[in-house]
Parts: sequence; structure tokens; C-alpha cells
Amino acid sequence: MSILINRDTKVICQGFTGSQGTFHSEQAIAYGTKLVGGVTPGKGGQMHLGLPVFNTVQEAFDKTEADASVIYVPAPYCKDSILEAADAGIKLIVCITEGIPTLDMLVAKEKCDQLDVCLVGPNCPGVITPGECKIGIMPGHIHLPGKVGIVSRSGTLTYEAVKQTTDHGFGQSSCVGIGGDPIPGSSFIDILCMFEADPATEAIVMIGEIGGTAEEEAAAFIKQRVSKPVVAYIAGVTAPPGKRMGHAGAIISGGKGTADEKFAALNEAGVKTVRSLADIGEGLSEITGWSSL
Amino acid sequence: MNLHEYQAKALFAEYGLPVSRGRAVDSPEQAAAAVADIGGDRWVVKAQVHAGGRGKAGGVKLVKSGEEAAAFAEQWLGKNLVTYQTDAIGQPVSKILVESCTDIDQELYLGVVLDRTTRRVVFMASTEGGVEIEKVAEETPEKILKAPIDPLTGAQAYQGRELAFQLGLQGEQVKQFSHLFTGLAALFQDLDLALLEINPLVITTEGNLHCLDGKINIDGNALYRQPKLRAMHDPSQEDERESQAANWELNYVALDGNIGCMVNGAGLAMGTMDIVQLNGGRPANFLDVGGGATRERVSEAFKIILSDQNVAAVLVNIFGGIVRCDLIAEGVIGAVQEVGVKVPVVVRLEGNNAELGREVLAGSGLNIIAANSLSDAAEKVVVAASGGSR
Repeated sequence: MSILINRDTKVICQGFTGSQGTFHSEQAIAYGTKLVGGVTPGKGGQMHLGLPVFNTVQEAFDKTEADASVIYVPAPYCKDSILEAADAGIKLIVCITEGIPTLDMLVAKEKCDQLDVCLVGPNCPGVITPGECKIGIMPGHIHLPGKVGIVSRSGTLTYEAVKQTTDHGFGQSSCVGIGGDPIPGSSFIDILCMFEADPATEAIVMIGEIGGTAEEEAAAFIKQRVSKPVVAYIAGVTAPPGKRMGHAGAIISGGKGTADEKFAALNEAGVKTVRSLADIGEGLSEITGWSSL
Repeated sequence: MNLHEYQAKALFAEYGLPVSRGRAVDSPEQAAAAVADIGGDRWVVKAQVHAGGRGKAGGVKLVKSGEEAAAFAEQWLGKNLVTYQTDAIGQPVSKILVESCTDIDQELYLGVVLDRTTRRVVFMASTEGGVEIEKVAEETPEKILKAPIDPLTGAQAYQGRELAFQLGLQGEQVKQFSHLFTGLAALFQDLDLALLEINPLVITTEGNLHCLDGKINIDGNALYRQPKLRAMHDPSQEDERESQAANWELNYVALDGNIGCMVNGAGLAMGTMDIVQLNGGRPANFLDVGGGATRERVSEAFKIILSDQNVAAVLVNIFGGIVRCDLIAEGVIGAVQEVGVKVPVVVRLEGNNAELGREVLAGSGLNIIAANSLSDAAEKVVVAASGGSR
């Protein structure tokens, strides 16, 4: 088992024939992802990477019965791409693109909610179920099929957590990058809920950062509803207030959204927090009693 | 991206919202001329900087003649204004806003913000205007009225009326407030704003609503479709190195420590700063070189980091996901040679071909210290920054 995706998940790619879409689709196919086609308006009928290209998501969905779509189109066109996939009937949309205007995301997210579509991202590395299916830009080779569920707002910090859980021999059930934007399609809570219900996930790593209150909300949820052990790390203890730290959502504003507040909320919820990102693997050993390789 | 008050008010005026007669000037002569053009017998002159707290810092003054306005302009133009919101150097003043004076009966607050939790643009209004709204929110949250906007239908007139009545406005003021509400909603939507604040929104002694101040922040992700706002950008209000980094699409934020950091990925860049501090060091900056850590970008990043005189050592932390670490190592070596880096550089490479990358670094003959792990890198750079001993 796993969450969101597995070896049977049929995936299409929007922005398939572009440079990003092409490169990461090749990587996904090599990893074993069941990529069944792609969409590039005006290139319908062609073949790309040995797969059919469609003009519209509706056509791609009707012909391939895809379960999921991954979006690599440039930021100005992402709202349109998300809405197109949602309207076509795709139930899982993973948007990798960074730099989408916030007002566009408010509309896209609201519409996805109304249509009962799960949106992951944007501005994220994607979703992977190791050994089965990779949707996104994460390096497949650092992953190991296993028992830790990882959810994170940051791409490279996810890779750090993945590497440590691989090095310790624990492996990952699924890893979800929810992205660094202020309006993410899926929240920590959405993903924590799935990990709690997934039999393959025995422990959870949650990686947050400064800005907003998503970690505090997750802490309250964990306290009430999550029975599995959780290790959390929050980036940005040293971040100054009022400055956007790379990610659009990583900003301490009006004195709110500091790492210290988030650590405190998670500690209070019984989560094992680590102050150094190098200690995630150790933290897991400590609370699960698992012995490392 | 932030706007100046005079720019925000010009936008308010375009949307038909009530602002004072005024003009932004950049010389004492123009200040005196503006006073004559605007007319009346009292004016307010305001130094234009991207920071609050200008009044207390002496950057706002009531003047009664053209000479006084000119003297104020003379005093501030070309100088830096230091307020509680700026650093010790302050922000440079290159424009003065000269406005007709408004007689105030009551001060209100009106703001439009993005609420991340409910995923709505939210109007916030309060009878407690003219003070720090964060304080009001903390101490008396019941005094902040809210109207969330449905992203699919947009702001509706009734929401403006509801807020007006809740604020205790009467008669003509309710109409004025509704007009203000729909105008601001349109402005927020049309111009891709991230924050809009009128503090204070005043009721004049004649009983009319009037926007006495204006603060606007624009969603940086949307600037590509807001050419008019892009032209309003004032780089003099930003850290020079941060602007320079932005030209190379590098995310850089200056801090006050002595350990320069160059990292791929925003989250890992923050995590690296944090681990430096955990090891007793102090980070000099946040810098995300992005996914494609090419030699050119690494070189530019080194130049920006080293333009900070405090930097005594640099930590390069790269998690090579898709990119190969040996190529990154070559990029770092090339950059160190090209830029002529004098301070010790500690490099931690992880991921794709990391082993080979470390070998390349070790064989370079340069002052580059290869680290085996993140913790090892943090320890080594803290030692290096303190002159090799602790």
C-alpha cells in the first residue's frame, strides 16, 4: 500500500513536449511510472517518447482513462491547465511549476475542492511511491521502498529526509511535496490523514518552514487524529521577519509564522521535533525503536 | 513588491476613491510650487520611504507655507529616514508627498489581506484606526470585522454594506464605504495585490470618508502581467545585494553573521542557516542558487556573498538530485578561481555522483574543504570562520 499513487496509477503529462515535460517524463518512464500520454495543444496526433500526444486533457482522459495528471506548463498558464484537468475528470493533479500568481491559485484550489479533485503543489517536487510510481522532479535513485511517510513544504529538504530514511534502511511508503506557496493544493492535514489510514506507513516525517500557520494546524490535527509516530523539522529559525525566504509562502509577517511557534505547537502535540535537519533519521530511530542499518 | 504611499494614492484616485489633493516632488522648489498649486492654508508633507513609523521619526510634518514645505524637502531629500521598521541606516528619501490637510473627526482601519488558512482574500475593518493593527488583533480581536471574498464570485456590494453598518457608519457614509469597498476589491483583483492597507481611513469633520494613508504590496509572482506596476518599482528602497541577486534570479537575503551560505533549494538554504547557528556560527545570508547550479550562477552567487565584508568563510551545500555533483564541483572550482575567493570555502555535496564530486574538490589544490556530511560541513565552516580554531 501507499498513498495517492501506486504501480497501477495511469499518468498523463500537461506540457509534455516542452523541455521540462520531456526531461522529467523520460525520468518517470525509466523509473517505471505508468505514463500513458501527454497533452500539448496543437500537437495532438503526434507521438512523443513513444506515447500519444493529445490536444486537450478531455481527449487524453477519454482515450487513456488516466488517474493523474502532472503539470509542467509555465506559471502564466497553470490556472488554465489545472482547471482543464479538473473539468476533464482527472482526480489527482500534481502541479510542479513555481511562480503561479496567488489569485490564480485561489480560484484553481476552490474549483478543485468543488469537483472533489486532489491537487498537490504547486511549487513542489511532486509525489513518489518508491519502486512503483514517480510523478514529479525528485531524483528516483535516493528512494527505497519502505515504511516512512514523508510530507514537506520544501523540495531539497524532502530529499534530505529521504536520504536519511534510506541510509537508515527504513525506506519510504510515499513522499509528498506539498510545495512552498501560500496557497497549496493539499495541506499537511490532507496528507497526514492519508498516511494515518495507510497500512504501509508506520511512521511519518513532516517538514515545515516559516510562514503561515499550516504547521500549527497540523499539530492540532496530529494531537487529535494521528496515532502513528511523527518526527518534525521546521526550517527557518534564523530567518529574519518580513523577508521572503525564497518560497513565496516562507515569510514571517506581523510577528506570525515563526519557527519557534511551530516547534512549540508540534512539541505540545506530542510530536518528536528535531532542531537539526541532519537528525531526522536519528529522531525516527528514537521514537520508533527501529534499529538502523 | 511594495509601493510608495504616493503611488498607492495615485492608484486609489484612478479607481475613484477619496484621497487628498497632492503631488510627489523631488526638489524644494517643486515642494513650494506644489503648495501654491494645491491651495488652502495648511499642507502635510511626507517623506516617501517603504517603511511605517514615519511620523514618529520626523518624516511627516504639517506646514503652513511654501517656505516651510521647501525647508522640509531640503531637510529630507537625499537623506535616509530611520524608523522603528527600518534598520539603523534607514531608507533613502528621494520623493516628498505634498498634500492638502485633512481635518479628522475619527480614525478607522481598512485592510485587504490574503488569509492562507481559509484560502480567501479577506477585508478587515476596525473602528480602531491609526494604531498598529497587529496590536488590535492581539488584544481586542473582537474589534476587527472581517468579510471573506469568494474567489469564484468576487466581492459583493452587500458585504461592503454589512461592514459599514457594523462600523457604525450612517447615512451617506454607508454609501461612501460601499463605494470604497467595491473599488478596493476591484483594485486588489485587477492589480494582483498581496496586501492593501488604509490606516487610517478617516471620517473628516465634514463627515466624509477619506483615505489618509495607503500601503500596497504586490504579488511578485504576478508582476509579469502588471507592466504598469513593474514600472513603479523603486530599487533604492531595497538592499543593493538583494536587487543584484534578483537580476540573476538568485534568492538572496542579507543577514548579520559572518558565514556566507550558498545552497540549492529555499528550504535547504534555511535549514543550512539553522544548522550553522546550531553549531555556534552566525549565517551572513540566505542564498538559493536554484535547481540549475551552473558555473555561471555559482560565480555570481560567490560575488554577491563576498561583497558582504563580514563574510569570513563560505559554506556551499548542494543536494544534487538530478544534476551531477562532479559537475557542480567543477562549477565551484571554476567560480572560486574566477572570482578570486580569499576566504575558506567548505563544500558539502550530496546525491548524484557525490563521491566523485568530493574527489574533484580534493584534487583542485585550492582552499576548498570537502565535508562528508551536513553536520560535518557546519562544524568545519564555523571553525574556518573563526580563523581555524575555536
